[in-house]
Amino acid sequence: MALLVDRYRPRSLEALTYHEDLSERLRSLAQSGDFPHLLVYGPSGAGKKTRIVATLRELYGPGVEKIKIDSRVFQTTSNRKLEFNIVASVYHLEITPSDVGNFDRVVIQDLLKEVAQTQQVDQSARQRFKVVVINEADHLTRDAQAALRRTMEKYSPNLRLILLANSTANIIAPIRSRTLLVRVAAPTEADICKVLTKVGKQEGWSEAEGLNRRIAKDSGRNLRRALLMFEAVHAQNEKVTDKTPIPPPDWEALIEQIADQIMAEHTPARILEVRAKLYDLLSHCIPPTTVLKTLTFKLIPKIDDALKADVIRWSAFYEHRIRLGSKHIFHLEAFVAKFMRILESYLMGMDF
Amino acid sequence: MANFFDNKARAAAGATNGASSLKNVAPKETQNLQPWVEKYRPKSLNDVTAQDHTITVLQRTLQATNLPHMLFYGPPGTGKTSTILALAKELYGPEMFRSRVLELNASDERGISIVREKVKDFARMQLSNPPPDYKDRYPCPPYKIIILDEADSMTQDAQSALRRTMETYSKITRFCLICNYVTRIIDPLASRCSKFRFKPLDQGNAKKRLEDIAENEHVKLEPGAVDTLIKCSEGDLRKAITFLQSAARLVGAVKPSQSKANGLSKKRKVVEYDEDEGAMDVDVDGDDDKMVTVRSIEEIAGVIPNDVVDGLIKAMQPSLRGAVYEAVANQVTDLVADGWSATQVVTQLYQKLVYDDTLSDKQKTKIVMAFSDTDKRLVDGADEHLTILDLALQLSGMLAER
Repeated sequence: MALLVDRYRPRSLEALTYHEDLSERLRSLAQSGDFPHLLVYGPSGAGKKTRIVATLRELYGPGVEKIKIDSRVFQTTSNRKLEFNIVASVYHLEITPSDVGNFDRVVIQDLLKEVAQTQQVDQSARQRFKVVVINEADHLTRDAQAALRRTMEKYSPNLRLILLANSTANIIAPIRSRTLLVRVAAPTEADICKVLTKVGKQEGWSEAEGLNRRIAKDSGRNLRRALLMFEAVHAQNEKVTDKTPIPPPDWEALIEQIADQIMAEHTPARILEVRAKLYDLLSHCIPPTTVLKTLTFKLIPKIDDALKADVIRWSAFYEHRIRLGSKHIFHLEAFVAKFMRILESYLMGMDF
Repeated sequence: MANFFDNKARAAAGATNGASSLKNVAPKETQNLQPWVEKYRPKSLNDVTAQDHTITVLQRTLQATNLPHMLFYGPPGTGKTSTILALAKELYGPEMFRSRVLELNASDERGISIVREKVKDFARMQLSNPPPDYKDRYPCPPYKIIILDEADSMTQDAQSALRRTMETYSKITRFCLICNYVTRIIDPLASRCSKFRFKPLDQGNAKKRLEDIAENEHVKLEPGAVDTLIKCSEGDLRKAITFLQSAARLVGAVKPSQSKANGLSKKRKVVEYDEDEGAMDVDVDGDDDKMVTVRSIEEIAGVIPNDVVDGLIKAMQPSLRGAVYEAVANQVTDLVADGWSATQVVTQLYQKLVYDDTLSDKQKTKIVMAFSDTDKRLVDGADEHLTILDLALQLSGMLAER
């Protein structure tokens, strides 16, 4: 049985529940026949992908939903072979070039050129062009983006690109100026509540208004997360009320524990204990940025207001270091040590 | 004898006819899909907006039919590529253009091998002769032009490989280097060229150009929309035109679904059918009652509405310390959840704060430091939420110091 998230994913633009004006705009773009390149950006869980799939359906009809997964092998200049997965329908392709890391340029150049040089095979297709959806476009290397730039102009009769990104910061200006920017904001808490109520009704679950509101708040305006939490709560409790606790994910519970430990004692011995837990998190593939961010926001409510700005400052500092460095544990630990020091010096009432 | 000439003339006529008819067909089909930036690229030197000095000099060389090596530099979207393309077109006309001009976009082909092979081969090539009586229409001077676009992204090696090539073949070849930063061009190359600086477009010219395009495409603009376009594009005309087209698409494309046609627009449509059928779609778009609003342009440019930024700044204002954190954190969380790009947040905050007269110079110095740090972090790919929150809190601390 599929997860709620997948089962209730809207398939067409009409079925989308929030940002109606945006859906309307996408529909008119799809119907006008002059479909531009798109750069869709917004936080995760805001519904970027869902919206794009719905738009594709608007463009080509239900045929886009018949997808297959291809595996292709590309050869780099240094003769290394790369395996690369492509999700494709007759009308569109979907790729995640950041899978192959630094070799994304090869994939972009080879694949897009190949796609762009052939016309739409299906004569009855509604559009003359094919669409290539590029996931995680903000993780593309500069080279790959520069390669895109020419491709976008040269092959525009046969090819339209839809780039999906979390932020536009890492997308080079020439690409930004060649695409139509579409911002997908995260749904508001009220929007999430509405979706939860609707899904709950269709599943025939008992309704708890207050619980829904709490889930919406805890999800940080991330609809996917909210739905997963919603499902988890209902899976664990036969009967839900407004006060049913929401089970946090394991890793979040562990980080909560770490935060408590850090607050309780500020000694090197404690750092050692914390280290074991941090290692545990990292070895379970929780991204270090997430660890640091969650830890920071768990610590913030526990400390005095005067310290908050400082803690955020160091958190941002070490997060930057994580990004630049290669050994994540160092920076996580450094943050823990720094935090203990700031807190201790504040408690002792003096500056070190 | 007369027959022979006749034949030739006929062939020429046929060729031009064929070429022209081909050309007529091709643009019509693609016209709707063509970006306006290409569509409204200046066709002749006179059309180039706002680079008076450069244009005068170039026009003089056009009359003298001698040309130095050239180096165009200036910020993006000021018409560098357009100028050289327009000049080349005036010099050679459509038929000789192919054989006499080599345009290399350096952004993907910049290696030394390209300079050694492609450029050198082209430079070495003997001149092809223009057909008779072609010379009456176009000057067709006895040299070829090699345009190296984005020359500042060429490697040092590739640039030095160019040095000798430029001199050896100077009898039959002229180079035109185009770049944004003249400092990235090595001195030996720069000293071989006469330099032309392209100024950022001034408001008046850019405005006129945009209004012309809007009129041609039958796009209705809200008063103030053009000014917004210019402001958002920071003197980059290409960006402004792209924004205009996207905005027109967004508001105009609604039309087909609402099939209301009052008498006036119908009449207009008929006229447009007569004028040219290819542009029909675009025109229909323009007929819509909806016009391009200031807000829609800002949305496309990714500009954050003023009240959001003001809200953040207000939250940063020092009150009782401590209360600041909650307010700022809430604002930042909303900003991030709404998907605004962090770089845009930083830019707009910067513009607001640096021009704020109530801040002392010392405060501003510190503020600028914080901005520089943040920008670096964002470019390195640090987490946007944390970075922006950090910036906002730091700023709020600095605002508190009096």
